[in-house]
Amino acid sequence: MSSTSGPFSFDTLSLHAGQQPDPATGARATPIYQTTSFVFQDSDQAASLFNGERAGHVYSRISNPTNAVLEERVAALEGGVGAIATASGQAAVHLAVATLMGTGGHIVASHSLYGGTHNLLTYTLPRFGIETTFVDPRDPEAFRNAIRPETRLVFGEVLGNPGLDILDIEAVAQVAHDNGLPLLIDATFTTPYLCRPFDHGADLVYHSATKFLGGHGVAVGGVLVDSGRFDWDASGLFPELTEPYAGFHNMDFTEEYGPSAFLLRARKEGLRDFGACMSPTTAFHLLQGLETLPLRMQRHVDNTRRLVAFLAEHEAVEHVGYPEQPDHPDHGLAARMLPKGCGAVFSFTIKGGREAGRRFTESLNLFSHLANVGDAKSLVIHPASTTHHRMSSEALRAAGISEGMIRLSVGLEDPDDLINDLKRALRASQKEAR
Amino acid sequence: MELTVNGSKTYIYTGTHALEPGRTTWLFVHGAGMDHSAWILQSRYFAFHGQNVMAVDLPGHGRSAGEPLGSIEAQADWLAALLDAASVEQAMVVGHSMGSLAAVDFAARYRDRVKGLALVGTGFPMPVAEPLLEATRANDPRGIGMIMNWGISPQSHLGGNQAPGLWIHGQGVRLLEQAAPGVLFTDMNACNAYEAGVARAGEIACPVHFVIGDRDMMTPPKATAALADAVTAPVSRTVLRGCGHMTPLERPNELLDELIAFGARLG
Ligand SMILES: Cc1ncc(COP(=O)(O)O)c(C=O)c1O
Repeated sequence: MSSTSGPFSFDTLSLHAGQQPDPATGARATPIYQTTSFVFQDSDQAASLFNGERAGHVYSRISNPTNAVLEERVAALEGGVGAIATASGQAAVHLAVATLMGTGGHIVASHSLYGGTHNLLTYTLPRFGIETTFVDPRDPEAFRNAIRPETRLVFGEVLGNPGLDILDIEAVAQVAHDNGLPLLIDATFTTPYLCRPFDHGADLVYHSATKFLGGHGVAVGGVLVDSGRFDWDASGLFPELTEPYAGFHNMDFTEEYGPSAFLLRARKEGLRDFGACMSPTTAFHLLQGLETLPLRMQRHVDNTRRLVAFLAEHEAVEHVGYPEQPDHPDHGLAARMLPKGCGAVFSFTIKGGREAGRRFTESLNLFSHLANVGDAKSLVIHPASTTHHRMSSEALRAAGISEGMIRLSVGLEDPDDLINDLKRALRASQKEAR
Repeated sequence: MELTVNGSKTYIYTGTHALEPGRTTWLFVHGAGMDHSAWILQSRYFAFHGQNVMAVDLPGHGRSAGEPLGSIEAQADWLAALLDAASVEQAMVVGHSMGSLAAVDFAARYRDRVKGLALVGTGFPMPVAEPLLEATRANDPRGIGMIMNWGISPQSHLGGNQAPGLWIHGQGVRLLEQAAPGVLFTDMNACNAYEAGVARAGEIACPVHFVIGDRDMMTPPKATAALADAVTAPVSRTVLRGCGHMTPLERPNELLDELIAFGARLG
């Protein structure tokens, strides 16, 4: 396998990839091409653009120059052949699924997924004839055993929800490839700074760019990236990619676009028809964030390690779930796959259950109590009293959530200020409990 | 479409149209380790504008069977056999890199088969650096890295692809990775060993158009000039600023414009 990133390093690509000074104006920053459409030079050029005889932009649902910079940049950082920017992370996973299968299709997925993705696979996709079997992400053989003739995709997150179980991408990719299937990875929590799933054998990656890629909590977006390495022809399971498509002048994507076949089909069909495109202004905000991705991620991880160490020693804390902790079940895998760190989102269990958890979150000053992760500012949520507050203790336990479980998304503040905030709130949570 | 050439199953991309007698035929010849998909935009354009397109997969490349041909001369002979198999008398021939040398040799030795010659990322001699030859001999993926690192311009290394959302460096690497073991080395060796470039260039009878990248490190403008200066037939040239060696990937639109204009000039 060769590097697809080129001669420049990750930090340099974070700033530059995908963009050259604007040819029209010389603007150094990426201009926001806030336009729905692009003027044709003449009718022949228009017809050629529509028919894939020329490269360029026609209409911003399908492509846009600002979005294209973001797409190339994420592709470069991930080591892929290209990418598609989407309206949200959810739109990215939907685009991947809808490109690879229709009714009758089947997915084998890790059961440790972001709740929204779990909803999509459990409740929504079955309405469209696509079924999912959920398996233990720690058991590659469970993936193998769940594969059926109609399976078209194997799917997991680098760091699972909520326990941060690490997916052994290499082992699961092997299972997928043994069965002629691609492996799709949600890499939202790690970003390419901490882990490049393609280097471990994954075929497709997507991000909720809403989170660490953008990094400032100002824009909702997604990015779907293709490694360009999966052999759709050899698999034989994907006629959408290997046979003429009547919806686009009988284009045969693998024949005509080789390694970029998946992305071309996804753009010319899924993005065109479902229409979940990204706004160019959103692309600009995300690009602005990406410029500092390496700096931010390092600081996110440094701060997280400080907080994990602090909490692990605290008397009001029952347990801290971070894969770098010696008692985490994926401790060894973390060292191998995520040597730079396991991200900045983790959970810990406070003593005193639901009530203590509620008092803790309400006593924090710096941490913002909200339902998001991956902001430059530190965030907190107590699932048992918020997102999951209607669930019984038993149902919570089945979802891997304890009553005193608190999830933190560690930001870029001074870690001492964060620790002081935690210290005070922990004290408050226990005082009133007695 | 599939043809049998010299007894071997051969794939050519025709832009989803059947070849029709009486039309101008564009014969596209790819570079080392690549295949017809390098020419996708240009071939679709001509195919959808009333002309015949034959974007080849050389033997052992892409979807064509057989072993890669070991020399530029063998590639030229194969192009003649291909036109015979397709019942095409004469073609506009477009070659990139290794394919440009095959096109030169073909145009010189099969003069009546070539109406016009467009050479892209070309030059003579076409020496291959020893580390690259070594790496490809060993099927070491670093060879592919070298080709793409040297093959596209500093500007293209930063991206800004005309094709939305595609990362040029990654596309090139993955395309070259698809080549079977040994193919890249055989191709590199063929470029390195070809000695007849200047002599053959002098024997070309048809008009020749050069499309040159001013940042081409693999066939630098000086090497292109050596080849162009040897041509006694009418020569024209266009320099694409900021473009490296991988013109079909780096500047597909300008390349198409050049070919359209060249074709129009020859009628
Ligand atoms: C891991 C993960 N994947 C996907 C998503 C969905 O992304 P979006 O909210 O951008 O649609 C989220 C959002 O919380 C997430 O945390």
